[in-house]
Amino acid sequence: MTAVTTDVRPAPDAPVQPRTVATTSYKTPTILAVVSVLLAVLLLAQPHAGDARFALSSGADFFQIPVVVVPAMATAWVCVALMALLTAFAFLRARGKRRVPGWAAALFAVLGLVAFLAWAAAGSPRDLSVVGLISGAIALSIPIVYGALGGVIGERAGVVNIAIEGQLLAGAFTSALVGSITGSPWAGLLAAVVAGILVSLVLGVFAITYRVNQVIVGVVLNVLVIGLTSFLYSQLLVPNAETLNNTPRFERIGIPLLERIPIIGQALFNQTVVVYLMVVATFAVWYGLSRTRWGLRLRSVGEHPKAADTVGIKVEATRYRALIIAGGVAGIGGAFYTVVSIGQFGKEMTAGAGFIALAAVIFGKWDPVRAALAGLLFGFASNLQNILNVVGAPVPSQFMLMLPYLVTIFAVAGLVGKSRAPAASGEPYVKE
Amino acid sequence: MRLELKGITKRFGALVANDHIDLVVEPGEIHCLLGENGAGKSTLMNVLYGLYTADEGEILLDGAVQRFTGPGDAMAAGIGMVHQHFMLVPVFTVAENVMLGHEHTRSGGRLDLEAARTQVREISARFGFHVDPDAVVEDLPVGVQQRVEIIKALARDADVLVFDEPTAVLTPQETDELMAIMRQLRDEGAAIVFITHKLREVREVADRITVIRHGKVVGEASPAASDTELASLMVGRAVELTVAKDEPVLRDNALEVEHLQVTGPDGQVLVDDVSFTVRGGEVLVVAGVQGNGQTELTEALVGLQENVTGSIRLDGRELVGRSVRQVLDAGVGFVPEDRNTDGLVGEFTIAENLMLDRADGAPFVRGGSLQLATRDAFAREKVAEFDVRTQGIDTKVGRLSGGNQQKVVLARELSRELRLFVAAQPTRGVDVGSIEFIHKRVVETRDAGVPVVVVSTELDEAVALADRIMVMYRGRVVGIVPSTTPRDVLGLMMAGIAPENTEGDAA
Amino acid sequence: MSSTPTPGSAERRDAGSRHEPESLTDALGHTAPGADPGLTEELQQELARQQPEALAPAPAGDDRWREAAREIFAGRPAVAVGAVVLAVLVGSIMIAFTDEGVQEASSYFFARPGDTFAALGQAIGGAYSALFQGAVYNFRADGFARGIRPLTETLNYATPLIAAGLGVAVAFRSGLFNIGGQGQMLMSAAAAGWVGFGVSGLPLWLHLPLALVAGLAAGAIWAGIAGVLNARTGAHVVIVTIMLNYVALYLLSYLLATPGLLQAPGSANPKTPPMLETAILPRLLGGSYNLHLGFLLALLAVLGSWWLLNRSSTGFALRTVGENPRAARVAGIDVPRATVTAMLLSGALIGLAGATQVLGSVTTGFSSDIDAGIGFDAITVALLGGSSPVGVLWAGLLFGAFKAGGSAMQAGEGIPIEIVLVVQSLIVLFIAAPPLVRAIFRLPQPGARKKVSA
Repeated sequence: MTAVTTDVRPAPDAPVQPRTVATTSYKTPTILAVVSVLLAVLLLAQPHAGDARFALSSGADFFQIPVVVVPAMATAWVCVALMALLTAFAFLRARGKRRVPGWAAALFAVLGLVAFLAWAAAGSPRDLSVVGLISGAIALSIPIVYGALGGVIGERAGVVNIAIEGQLLAGAFTSALVGSITGSPWAGLLAAVVAGILVSLVLGVFAITYRVNQVIVGVVLNVLVIGLTSFLYSQLLVPNAETLNNTPRFERIGIPLLERIPIIGQALFNQTVVVYLMVVATFAVWYGLSRTRWGLRLRSVGEHPKAADTVGIKVEATRYRALIIAGGVAGIGGAFYTVVSIGQFGKEMTAGAGFIALAAVIFGKWDPVRAALAGLLFGFASNLQNILNVVGAPVPSQFMLMLPYLVTIFAVAGLVGKSRAPAASGEPYVKE
Repeated sequence: MRLELKGITKRFGALVANDHIDLVVEPGEIHCLLGENGAGKSTLMNVLYGLYTADEGEILLDGAVQRFTGPGDAMAAGIGMVHQHFMLVPVFTVAENVMLGHEHTRSGGRLDLEAARTQVREISARFGFHVDPDAVVEDLPVGVQQRVEIIKALARDADVLVFDEPTAVLTPQETDELMAIMRQLRDEGAAIVFITHKLREVREVADRITVIRHGKVVGEASPAASDTELASLMVGRAVELTVAKDEPVLRDNALEVEHLQVTGPDGQVLVDDVSFTVRGGEVLVVAGVQGNGQTELTEALVGLQENVTGSIRLDGRELVGRSVRQVLDAGVGFVPEDRNTDGLVGEFTIAENLMLDRADGAPFVRGGSLQLATRDAFAREKVAEFDVRTQGIDTKVGRLSGGNQQKVVLARELSRELRLFVAAQPTRGVDVGSIEFIHKRVVETRDAGVPVVVVSTELDEAVALADRIMVMYRGRVVGIVPSTTPRDVLGLMMAGIAPENTEGDAA
Repeated sequence: MSSTPTPGSAERRDAGSRHEPESLTDALGHTAPGADPGLTEELQQELARQQPEALAPAPAGDDRWREAAREIFAGRPAVAVGAVVLAVLVGSIMIAFTDEGVQEASSYFFARPGDTFAALGQAIGGAYSALFQGAVYNFRADGFARGIRPLTETLNYATPLIAAGLGVAVAFRSGLFNIGGQGQMLMSAAAAGWVGFGVSGLPLWLHLPLALVAGLAAGAIWAGIAGVLNARTGAHVVIVTIMLNYVALYLLSYLLATPGLLQAPGSANPKTPPMLETAILPRLLGGSYNLHLGFLLALLAVLGSWWLLNRSSTGFALRTVGENPRAARVAGIDVPRATVTAMLLSGALIGLAGATQVLGSVTTGFSSDIDAGIGFDAITVALLGGSSPVGVLWAGLLFGAFKAGGSAMQAGEGIPIEIVLVVQSLIVLFIAAPPLVRAIFRLPQPGARKKVSA
């Protein structure tokens, strides 16, 4: 062995990667093609005569933009044609073994939306309010975004949280109760945070300390919270509706000047504190995870807990801390239902938003900013149905309500692609 | 710093993993801890590193008794560890991995990455490591990853360095470099514990050798001792270091592989234009450092790889494009590299595991229904024939030792009518007694006229078992040479350097 | 080393790992992720080395009985009983604290503490007495025939729980987490119901099986979507099944709200017309009891599932995939196909639950809440039953009793039926964490005796 002369060996830091060949994936182009064809079929099967009217302004704006009136079918067909072009472009890219660029997909989505809205609003005497579309989307996305942020924090630390739904519901219940008793929405908000944390702690005890399968704990916790809140609702809140289930709500706070920007002003800058907090929280979670010691340690625990342990990081404590923060954040989302939205609690009022939040986590590839954007997208999809009802669109509302869930299925089945969950997500840490 | 372990005892239930172990490591010496797989070396080091708490005994550093409640304490006391399975977060950069656990922060709680980068560069420069602090760890070759582990330990000013089986993933050349690094560290005054079961390395680098067996210290040895002496001390009896086999009797049946290419999911060419032939009655050992395409080659042979081009012909029949089921039915026996994840179902009984790949028809299944009596009779027979040490055929396989688990896999694969036998790393993590048994069965299979392909990363095993050796590097065949080829030539081949003349005429 | 280890006791459990092999994680076929395979392996080897054949002969005579008793107290049954007791206890506390009588009495607790305790006793005692009388035997009824009626109600409630629980269990054993019971039930109810009221002129022997098959098929297809997506694209079954629940819910709402589809003609309510006589499952005990043929079908399903999982080659393949999909692939098992098969079977069993609901229990027409939470209850049933068909049977009966009794409790004592959800989920949580239950009840640790004697 010692006879080996070392000067012929390759440099130690020479790349050892084997050569690669480019692969072709027709997944994205295929999906684009399917969507284009479906839309075209819809237009052919159910043509709508008339114009579509889009209202772009609200009364408080600096200046008013007149209502945009376009011939519906023509607009829709132009959009579909452009979508077909984009699909062809995507196929060409794929054949050239290159990825379909993000802008193409985004443009495709916008075109599809415009085509659909034009078709849906065709011939309606009412204007389709773009402002309403946006501001409603933001309102509906609040619990989803907060829930998704909580989900991201938990999963990055290695704890899958199916119980977001339970955290939202617990937050909604306690904020209604405490808000009603104290007469302060802030106290309600705080109580929601505490409730979210409590659910997190139960999740932690079973998933971290007792290493029960995290999906099981999550599912069961949801049932538990539904049971608890419904039980207490019937037993306590209903008989005492005036004193225990009648909370004051947060007022909208307009940001001077900004709130008067056309189209987006009212939607973005005349909101409750919970919405502004949502933006802050999204940024804070992003900064915390990617730039701070807390985030580095949290991510290490979610990726390779044993490695974290060997450098002296307490894995279980780190996961508990992450879960507590996640629970608090999700709890705020729950407070939306009562201290922001309608001022009182109702049985199972979160109606699956927690699961949409979970979908947003995956759709956002475990990144806080992307997850928040995904939450907005899902909020938008939910709101679309409300708006279409207003203009009397010929789409059954059930199909619009179905949309976010269908989108999620498509997403996990392919659109998201090879996104990578934190490596140790869902796995309890066994120290031997 | 002087490390002293006094009477360390660690029990796991009824099992005494460490039984009153004493060990002294002086500063400026390399102390080898030699023992078989499962002798208790890793347990001892985990006690030292604070991952386990000893039931009895104490750890002293420079004469002061230490109380470690976790690895953090051990590190603070100056103990650094280079783990066998690297303790690096794959998606983090080198600098992030090095700083993890003792990060410096700037205003606003922001991580001070620059400080960590500087530290990595400094230590790299001191030892000539060439490590880029901003490289993502999972993109680095294993040899470099190991250096990151060393940097991690040094960045915390470790005076006692523990290397746990560090050479398993290295080429002979990288091993030599690691030895040089260890000597350099020793000369700078570090106390080094080197855990291994490879005799050659021990003799080369050790200043002192302590041998442990069954959790006990069974003696010290001098680095001048012979392989045979060290081996018998380690195992507790005389060990046959070579494999007894006759000259091969070649038959006409053959496995012919031509221009085989395997592409990974992200377009990496994992097996690159590989061609070879194995005749009935010979053993071809595929040698090379782990991760150079051997695994994927064997998986392609049994139909487990997705993107395969080229041709694999067994006795003239094409196997490429067939399902695993069809390949198995064509008479291919396969021992996968990782028996726990690929070869066995830990929660199933021995009997169930013995029919694992035959659950689709006679004799174990009739009319869609399992034939339990047939299965159990078969299992009893095989347990006896292959000397599987167990309570009974209803024992869960997960509770068997590595050697006995491997015997179960062998028993299953060898009890079919075989036309080809493929075994990937059949002796890894297996005790010496089982290694001898497994080698014997491999040779018997070859003598029965079956073409045999064995993947091994251990040169000793390759040389002992092979009729011919095929060395792979980065997915390509460096050369196919006779088993009599000198070790240094094989070592160079494993680093990708082909000898003058290869493929057959090398002899 | 001179100890006599318990036969079949888990050596590995002693080896430092706190993971409980009998916990759900294992029952569900998720392998315990050891932190470091290297270490675990080494420990196993050390162990095998030190205890070569391990393993002394089985203890004889008295010893054997003691061993058996110890096994029982350390094992699943004791933990299951403990979990049920704990959960019921928590339920009692909740009932007590929200009971008006107790609240009233506690306002003058220090003056007359006895009142508070009396009120407590009344609230809790009343609740559980109502639960028992609603689930098992009603003492106040005249005669045995009427007194036993609650028990038949329990069996009735248990029918869909058992069937759907089996479905979830079959998926579990195949390593798949089918959370889509709700959606599968809704789709199967829609299909069975559509055949049940929409196809007329067929005799019972043809119409009823046809409606059942339609329900089974719809459930299978709905679950199969998740299976196919998982097999083809790797989409996570948990996510897909959750999402399909909502898709099914809205799809059914649409069908129910659209005349000419499922909506009853001439009605504006989102509700179907009643089932035709020829499609209704016959009552087993005559007209005065609701118990119908569905219960026997559920029992048949238990038998069938048992054979499938334990005796059939398909089941062997499914279990292999569930325990170790990689090893299954190496052993020549078509993993994607097994995944789809498992989901189809799982969906069909859940479809049986949906079909018996609309053809047996709610024959007067149904709306979109026909699943009655059974899809999620099925998960808890499967967990409590340890994912074994026989376990699922017992768990289904228990939860059926809770449901039957819960209704009686709500009607008689005014206690919201949601308390049953709370108790049910607590049972599963406790079951899932045996160390917790053992700690509370001071039950012996499995393998503890060895530690002592070592």
